Amino acid sequence: MMRFLLLFSRQGKLRLQKWFTPITEREKKKIIRDMTTLVLARQPRSCNFLQWKDLKIIYKRYASLYFCLAVENQENELLALEVIHRYVELLDKYFGNVCELDIIFNFEKAYFILDEFLMGGEIQETSKQMVNRSIEASDMLQEDDSSEWYEVELFG
Amino acid sequence: MSPSVPLQEMIRAIRSARTQCEERGVIQRECAAIRAQFRQSDNGGRSHNLAKLLYVHMLGYPAHFGQMECVRMIASPRYSEKRVGYLGAMMLLDEKQDASLLITNSIKNDLSHSNQYVQSLALCTLACMGSAEMCRDLAPEIDRLLQSSNSYIKKKAALCAVHIVRKVQDLGELFVPAARSLLSEKNHGVLHGAVVLITQLCERNPETLKRFRKVCLVWFFLQTVPDLVQIMKGLIISGYSPEHDVSGISDPFLQVRILRLLRILGRNSESASDAMNDLLAQVATNTDSTKTVGNAVLYETVLTVLDIKSESGLRVLAVNILGRFLLNSDRNIRYIAMTSLQKIVGTDHNAVQRHRGTIVDCLKDQDASVKRRALELSLALVSASNIRSMIKELLLFLSSCPPELKAQATSGIFIAAERYAPSKRWHIDTILHVLTTAGGDVRDETVPNLIHLITSASELHCYTVHKLYRALLTDISQQSLVQVACWCIGEYGDLLLKGECQETEPVQVSEDDVLDALETVLQSHMSSSATRGFALTATMKLSTRITDNVDRIRSIVSIYGSCIDVELQQRAVEYNALFKKYDHMRAAVLERMPLIEKNNSGNANGEATRETLTETNSSRTAQEERVPPPPQQQPAKQTYDLLDLLGGASEPLQQSPAAQTLPIITSSSAGGDLLDLLGGLEPTPGPVTPAPSATVYEKDGVTLTLSCEQQSDSSLAVTLTATNASQSDISGFTLQAAVPKSVQLNMNAPSRDSLPAQGAAQLTQLVMLNNPNKVNLKMRIRISYTRQGSAFQDMVQVDSLPGLGAAGHT
Repeated sequence: MMRFLLLFSRQGKLRLQKWFTPITEREKKKIIRDMTTLVLARQPRSCNFLQWKDLKIIYKRYASLYFCLAVENQENELLALEVIHRYVELLDKYFGNVCELDIIFNFEKAYFILDEFLMGGEIQETSKQMVNRSIEASDMLQEDDSSEWYEVELFG
Repeated sequence: MSPSVPLQEMIRAIRSARTQCEERGVIQRECAAIRAQFRQSDNGGRSHNLAKLLYVHMLGYPAHFGQMECVRMIASPRYSEKRVGYLGAMMLLDEKQDASLLITNSIKNDLSHSNQYVQSLALCTLACMGSAEMCRDLAPEIDRLLQSSNSYIKKKAALCAVHIVRKVQDLGELFVPAARSLLSEKNHGVLHGAVVLITQLCERNPETLKRFRKVCLVWFFLQTVPDLVQIMKGLIISGYSPEHDVSGISDPFLQVRILRLLRILGRNSESASDAMNDLLAQVATNTDSTKTVGNAVLYETVLTVLDIKSESGLRVLAVNILGRFLLNSDRNIRYIAMTSLQKIVGTDHNAVQRHRGTIVDCLKDQDASVKRRALELSLALVSASNIRSMIKELLLFLSSCPPELKAQATSGIFIAAERYAPSKRWHIDTILHVLTTAGGDVRDETVPNLIHLITSASELHCYTVHKLYRALLTDISQQSLVQVACWCIGEYGDLLLKGECQETEPVQVSEDDVLDALETVLQSHMSSSATRGFALTATMKLSTRITDNVDRIRSIVSIYGSCIDVELQQRAVEYNALFKKYDHMRAAVLERMPLIEKNNSGNANGEATRETLTETNSSRTAQEERVPPPPQQQPAKQTYDLLDLLGGASEPLQQSPAAQTLPIITSSSAGGDLLDLLGGLEPTPGPVTPAPSATVYEKDGVTLTLSCEQQSDSSLAVTLTATNASQSDISGFTLQAAVPKSVQLNMNAPSRDSLPAQGAAQLTQLVMLNNPNKVNLKMRIRISYTRQGSAFQDMVQVDSLPGLGAAGHT
């Protein structure tokens, strides 16, 4: 099972956090600090896997964002790399050439996409097309439902 | 009041703030506006207000005032509001918050909503933050959804069921039939969910199962093995499927999950393992390993093969795949290869030995993670036949080793050298080499161990003392090395002065040179107090071994009679006395030490636990967590005084009481046998008796037991254990303690804060007490917890702690 997924920039600013187990706010802050320190200290061409407490940390850098995924000890690290890559592909398809700014200004969309791909610490859907279709349908449902005002703010 | 800025404008405003202070100002204004908006009735802008709050929360600012708004928005009929409301619930609420209970009803309603996207929101939120109560409440609903015809909902319901089973293990039985039938689905998402659910059901904690007298479901799901094999075959053989293809592999995520489930099912079953053999061989040979994806599937296959009862041909294939991984240019692949080889180095030792060369090469890799794995694996691969070459490589590694690995490396080398040393001389050389390279990171008992080794190698005394003398001249900063060198020079100084030695080039050493060296150590600011002690005693011992400069020794010793360091002062004064009043005894007192008997048993000092040699590799973290009991200095001092008069100072005695962290081989404080002659003086912390415990509180099914352990003269470790034998779960269990005024109290964090029903788990909390004034020890404990929604509080007074006698005195 996956324990948490963090996205942060090269300066250590958090862009997305998804926790798959209940943790107190204080713990979360501590973990975020630890992760950013650990990952940002790594050399450019080093191994993508770390051991931290009793979890395996898999991280990958995409442009200016670090994707950091923590899994339990019996998980397959190489597959975790693929999970991160799949999420990036989904974001890319949705936003069209996604960059960090997209995720900053549309963070709630990033969460909605994540919630269609992963759930309860496990992969929910293995087909890219299915995830994309679900997101599009949900967005349309939201559009039908809302007034003009939303269209401007949330889809801007 | 300034109008609230739309979400993206707010984000822009925050980002353009140039200082932290400015940013805080913008955010405070925004939060104030949001709070005001929340208080108003539905104004159409609710969801984007909440979205703004969530952004602010992500930046790290407090957002708890949004919790009730989330609850309200989830109940709204509008999809847009529900969506953001549920997102807010997942971010701001967790099962520990009270507000989370309020959304149970909304979730229940939404689970039967007509629109599947609304249902999916509810399922997602339940799987993310559903508490045990919510899970129990909604489990039948989830089971119903598992049997619906909508595959979109089915796959989500499956993962929701996984969460439920994780939270409330005994609900697993409810989902068994549905899980079984889901395996015949065609939809990959549903299949994946079904495989994960079955895996979870099979992995349920056996302890919990026993308590509820439930059956382990592995035997039930063994019947699914043929189906799983069929599905896998379909994935491997079938043609290109664009929907699930990843670089030529068809749905690698599903393949890996199926392989993992097969691993669990085949672990203890011969027949299941047989059924999978062909499939595993097929996957292992046919999977394309040029991309990470392929390697991920191969990796999982290898792990499965090595874990089930596979035939030997398949095992060889698996280890060969790992060998190929080791040669891969990708660091990640090499890392996981070594991790896997570490798991099987015990069972398939020879197979792993074949790859020793590559593994040793990985020691030189730049990457810290790879280095660590290579070190662990190399240490596991050392054997009698390759000891010389392996230690050579490891010593090379030690010189360029990153600091966090040094301690592990040194202790590993020592263990290996101890086990397989081809000759004593080699052994001594190796230890000396380690001490010169990484003397600062070796364990405390290295010094007594080395001294023991040297005394037992009587033919090498000459060689050893020459080597150590030379090492001393070059560098006096490595304390362990200096200590051993001083001791040796003291003992075997006469051999050093004789000058001839077969094994090293002869060098003329005069008495003055030797005394100069020892004096340098004595006066250097780099020397620790213990080291100076060694040096002073060595100087003293030389008084019987040299002829000309006895006066010099006398003067050195008398100078230290007024040293600030009490230890040195005491020694110097005693030695002075030896010169003046007991000169006739001096030769006898300072003669050569006899061979010290080393106590090899694990429980030498009466300590409760010791790690074995094989576990040392993986025990680095345990090493850091282990708290050494405070050293008993007093008895040690007494015995030291007695020893001094009887038969030569034994300096190692000073070191060992303090060195309680994971000793590899415990040496009783050197001279232990001499102590036995004196009549059983205990130089080390008193024997540990099993801690007596007493039940101090029992009410409503909640039991609290207390056990004490005397750590030292005034400190006491009290362990509180709580169990819940009632029918309902307890959450928020906290203990508070009060003690009499002069006693100091330190409470460690409890092991958990909830107590599941029927004693499924127990809670322990360690309390450290310090009672320097030796007052009568009493303790008042307040217990508070929540059960079935209502809070309970109770207080109990403990007048006498068990194991301390009626008066509570130590």
